[in-house]
Amino acid sequence: MNARLYILQRGTAAIMAPLVLLHIAVIFYATHKGLTAGDILARTRGSVAWATFYGVFVLAISIHASIGVRTILGEWLGLRGRARATVAFGFGLLLLMLGLRAIAAVVLP
Amino acid sequence: MWRGGSDGRYVDYDVPQRDSQTVLDVVTFVQRNIDATLSYRFACRVGMCGSCAMTVNGRPRWTCRTHVSKVAKGGKLKIGPLANMPVIKDLAADMREFFQKWQNAKGVFAPSKTRKDPIAPIKPDDPARIAANAGIECINCGVCYAACDTVRWNKDYLGPAALNRAWTLVNDERDAGQGARLAAVSAEGGCMSCHTHESCHELCPNSLNPTASIAGLKRRAMKAYVRGGE
Repeated sequence: MNARLYILQRGTAAIMAPLVLLHIAVIFYATHKGLTAGDILARTRGSVAWATFYGVFVLAISIHASIGVRTILGEWLGLRGRARATVAFGFGLLLLMLGLRAIAAVVLP
Repeated sequence: MWRGGSDGRYVDYDVPQRDSQTVLDVVTFVQRNIDATLSYRFACRVGMCGSCAMTVNGRPRWTCRTHVSKVAKGGKLKIGPLANMPVIKDLAADMREFFQKWQNAKGVFAPSKTRKDPIAPIKPDDPARIAANAGIECINCGVCYAACDTVRWNKDYLGPAALNRAWTLVNDERDAGQGARLAAVSAEGGCMSCHTHESCHELCPNSLNPTASIAGLKRRAMKAYVRGGE
């Protein structure tokens, strides 16, 4: 890991920490209030705030996790160079696509 | 006791137990009384030179400063060469890569003045001097390198000793090689690869804390990167 990747990974961790807490609080709120899927969708559809919140979350997770996976690929499987970069980048891209698809499903009208 | 090269095996020897006996005494007894072909490395026998480090019951230690009574389990010792280094023969490990990484980490003083210049005044209570002081007693024994999980997993990793040395020089205001040194320790396999397991800190026979030195390097390298100075 070099300085750029280190800063990216630590920086995204710092972004994720409060977002994770808020995400858990949202889950508790939704379950305690007994919100139905319809209730939740009524709040999230067309909401720029929720789209931004989870958009940042998904982006931070994709960057953070792919750098972590890159380290694991090097240390556990001995991958180096382009092979490691490609697999790690692909993993990050997959997380990003899955996350953005999930966000689109709940925020797009 | 490990015998042979990397394809060797552990061989049992019976050695009489004595008072205040060190692990190095045990190894020496075997060589002088049982098998003269046993290869191992030692010099000072008093914890000054750092050449007698071996793996004793799974942990890297200075054998000259390790009493048998403290580490023997049921009267048995398992003694091998240092881990994370190729085996030359028996208990002697090949330390060339270990020392090469000191060079790669720019762990060499780069003078900024000549002998004609006055001696640089450095106060003992200067924060940089205190930081350098904390890591400067390293004697290159390789115990931290053999103990490090990251070295085992990542052959590119410079290791705790080389990075600790780099940190002492980063805090040496007389040194002129800081840019190249920070670039070397910030690159792939540098200080950012440390997982902070602290095995180096736990096992350093000189009670140094290379993990703290590496944390210092991470901070310094991050600042340099943010300022565009990597």
